[in-house]
Formats: sequence, structure tokens, C-alpha cells
Amino acid sequence: MPKLLKISSMLKAQVDEFLDLVSEGGILFGRALHSYLQGEHETFNERLKSVTEHERKADELRMEIERELYLKTLIPENRGDVLAILENTDDVIDTVKETLTKFSVERPEIDSGLNNQFTELTELSMQSIEWLVRAIRAFFKDFGAVNDHIHKVAFYEHEADVAAVKLKRKIFESDLSLSRKTHLRYFAENVEAISDCAEAVADRLAIYTIKRQI
Amino acid sequence: MFFLSSGLFLGWSLGANDAANVFGTAVGTRMLKFRTAAALAGLCVILGAVLGGSGPSETLGALGGVNAIAGSFSVALAAAVTVTFMTRMKLAVSTSQAIIGAIVGWNLFSGYETDYSVLSRIVSAWVLCPILAALFAIGIYGLVRLLVYRSKIHLFTLDACTRAGLIIVGMLGSYSLGANNIANVMGVFATASPLGDVVIFGNWTFTGTQQLFLLGGIAISVGIYTYSHRVMETVGKELFRLSPVTAFVIVLSHSMVLYIFASEGLRDLLTGLGLPGIPLVPVSSSQAVVGAILGIALVNGARNINWKMLGGIASGWVTTPLIAGGISYILLFFVQNVFDLNVFY
Repeated sequence: MPKLLKISSMLKAQVDEFLDLVSEGGILFGRALHSYLQGEHETFNERLKSVTEHERKADELRMEIERELYLKTLIPENRGDVLAILENTDDVIDTVKETLTKFSVERPEIDSGLNNQFTELTELSMQSIEWLVRAIRAFFKDFGAVNDHIHKVAFYEHEADVAAVKLKRKIFESDLSLSRKTHLRYFAENVEAISDCAEAVADRLAIYTIKRQI
Repeated sequence: MFFLSSGLFLGWSLGANDAANVFGTAVGTRMLKFRTAAALAGLCVILGAVLGGSGPSETLGALGGVNAIAGSFSVALAAAVTVTFMTRMKLAVSTSQAIIGAIVGWNLFSGYETDYSVLSRIVSAWVLCPILAALFAIGIYGLVRLLVYRSKIHLFTLDACTRAGLIIVGMLGSYSLGANNIANVMGVFATASPLGDVVIFGNWTFTGTQQLFLLGGIAISVGIYTYSHRVMETVGKELFRLSPVTAFVIVLSHSMVLYIFASEGLRDLLTGLGLPGIPLVPVSSSQAVVGAILGIALVNGARNINWKMLGGIASGWVTTPLIAGGISYILLFFVQNVFDLNVFY
């Protein structure tokens, strides 16, 4: 029993660390885009580097947790679900990193008139990640609160959809060339995709929560 | 020793089948290794049989004190044949009910009068067994659920606690199984047993009945080691897919019911308090498990209850003793007249 509790404490700490990395990844995403929109490219690159490091650490932790769960045959009934949650959540931070990398590589020229809309969309995507992380933490420790948090993820995803449509409409109503309009739309969709990704994980989490009921 | 073989076979069969009720989910879901489960179950069954098995055995003796070893052999064989036959026919069967039927068959054959007050106590215990298990399961399930949800216990901590809990209730269940069901295996040999009392360590008497129960307990343990692995896998994975926490509740309810119907201490305590004493009767381990599952199903809205299976269990209360009684009568006639052996005195 003490050995089991020791292993479970270690895993608890690892899962918490993994979720901290995802949560921080979301916050860094917002900070990085803010820097980009302000034209602070050096700071943006530092933030991107930081997100990349977070993504790498999250990957390593996920694999370590998976290995421990299988080697010690822990939580046999929920193991598959927990692994799926970790893998899908890892996809969220992957998407964050990819989106920032695209910004870094393609350097879209964002008109200052679109800054507010881009910031709003980024903020909503960040919130969907944050509430997803809270929902996952609740899945492990505060079972009754999971659905409340999942509801918040869905709310922010919907708001992000609305904000993205607004942004795209504004892009295409502007006097920019078609190639720039298409380019900016592509980036708006990329930022929006982060909240879609968070919602997809939350949807699965809702099912796993039903399965976890005693 | 040859005459004990039918009882030992019954013990082996009990170990092979009923240990799965105790450790099936833990092994089937890989929460516990089979070897660990078998070692713990075997040890606790023997302890339960030797230390706590006398109560139900006395009740069987009161129903019919089979007084010739060839008679005991025939009665135990009749029960074993009934269990094998009904299992092959895929009918709900309990060793406890088979042995009672076989004893009544011996009473009819030998002309000894059946004590109907004892018989009615036994039958009422059979009916009470799944009902009590259901009530215990409802209570414990509610309590565990409240505790788990309120305490906001982490999934990993819950897993560690459930594992420990499954081991503890598995041991308690095995002890109760040994204490309650040893009467099925060796109870009919108690009166006619040739084994005498032995004094060990100067002042501890190892009675002939305890020696008999030790042999029976070992037979059950051999059954657990040699044949229960597949049954445990089936119970744990296919028959009813339970979460480990639910399995804990079911095994605990099952263990409590079997213990209640085996514990002389508890009976004495209740009668000392002026309450009605619980009859010490061998009851069906499987039916206790079914009762506990039914209790949990009722709490969860009574969906997917297999009423046909429950009907099968209820009809088994009548058909199993009848079939076993008939086979016992025929076997006693056969042994007495073909082998020229005394089956009663």
C-alpha cells in the first residue's frame, strides 16, 4: 500500500506538471501573439522558443506517464481514457506551437486596424485552453465540477467562432489585396482552430466522465 | 480416506468456482495477480474453515446427522453430481442447496425424521441471503459514493485505495467462504468421521472436525490454485463488467452476508442482546454476489436487470434440493445394495 501510494503521488505530480505546461503554453501563446501584433519580433521569437520547450517537455511527460500507467497496471478501468485525454491535450499544445511557428515563418502582415479582433480571438482561444485544463484537473480530483468546466470550454469555443467570423468579415471588407486577405484569413482560422481543438478534447472528456462514474 | 473423496471433490469444485466471486474482478481487471489472489484466498479459506466453520456444520448435523461414512460419501457425491449436472445444463445451482437436498434424501432413505423447523430456517436463510446482500450493497454503495465524491479523492489515490480494499475484502470474503461453505464440503462427514481429537502444544486441542475441515479447506485451496484462474478471468471480464470500486462494494457485501450466516460469535451477541439469532446455515456465495449486484442495479435505476436469471435462482431453491435428494436416495440404495455397505446405523 505505501508503495502504491508513492507511485500514485508521483503520477499525480506528473499529471499536474503536464497540465501546468499546457496551461502555460496557452498563456504564452497569448503573450507571443500580443508581441507579434505590437511588432516586437524578438520577444515573439523568445515566446515561441518557450512554447516549443513546453511542448517538448509535455511530450516527454506524457510518454513517461503512459509508460508508468502500463508498467504498474494502474487504473485498469480508466487507463485507456486517461491516455486518450493526455494525448488529445498534447495535440492542443502542438497546435499552439504550430500556429506560432506559422506566424514566425510566414510573417503575415497584420493591419493595425485588425489588431483588436486578432487579440480578442487569441484571448478566447486562450480561455478555451485554460478551461479545458481545469476540466481535466477536475476529472482527476473534483469529479462533480468537470461538466461545469466543459461547459465553459464550449462557451469560449463558440465565442471564438463568432469572433473569427467577425474578423474574417473585416478582413474581406478591407482594401487589402486578395492575396493578403486570403493569407490573413488563413491565420484567423489557425488561431480559431486552437479553441476547436480544445473543444474536441472537452467533448471526449464528457464521455470519459460518464464512464468514470462509480 | 477413500470415502472422503466425494467431499474433497466437492471442495475442489467449490474452490474452482466460488473463489471467482471473491477475487474475480480484481484478477480479471489486472488489479491483482492471480498467484497473489490464489495464495491469499487459499490461506484465508483454510483459516475460515478451521476456525469458523463449526456453526453451519452443526445446523447440517441438526437437519440430518449422517452417521455412516459410506452414507456421508453417497450424500456428498449426490451433491457433487447434482452441481455438475445442473452446471452442464446451464441451470442456476448452489452447492449449499444441493447438499441440503442430499441430506434430506438420506433422511428419507434411512427413515430418520427430518426436522422441519431446521429445514425452514435453512430455506429462509437461502431467501434472505441475496436480499441481505442487496441491502448491504445498497448501503455500502451509497456510503462509498458519498465518500468518493465528497472527499474529492484523486483518481490515482482512489485506485491505490481500491486495490488495497479489494485485497482486504477478498481476504475477508475468502475467510467467510471457508467458514460458511466448509459445511457443504465436509459437514456430512462430521458425525461419521474416523478422525479423533489431537492435543497440540500441550493445551490446544485440534478436534477431529477441525482436522476434517482442514482437509476440506485444503481441497478448496487446491481448487482455487488449479482451476479458478479461468473462472476469475471470465467473471472479471465477461460476465459482469464492474468498476473496481463497485466490485469492492459487491465483494464486501457478499463477505458480510456469508460471515453473518457463519459466525457463532455474532449469533451469541445478538441472542445475548435479546434479539433473534441468525441461523448458521451454508448459503450460496454466487447468490450473495448476484444479490449485491442487484442492489447496485436498483440504486442506479433498475435498468438491465436480468429477471430471467433471478427467476432461475428462485426456482433453484426448489429444483436443486429436489434433484439432489432424488440422486442421493438412488445412490444410497446403490451403495447399500451393490457394495453391501452400511449407509446409516
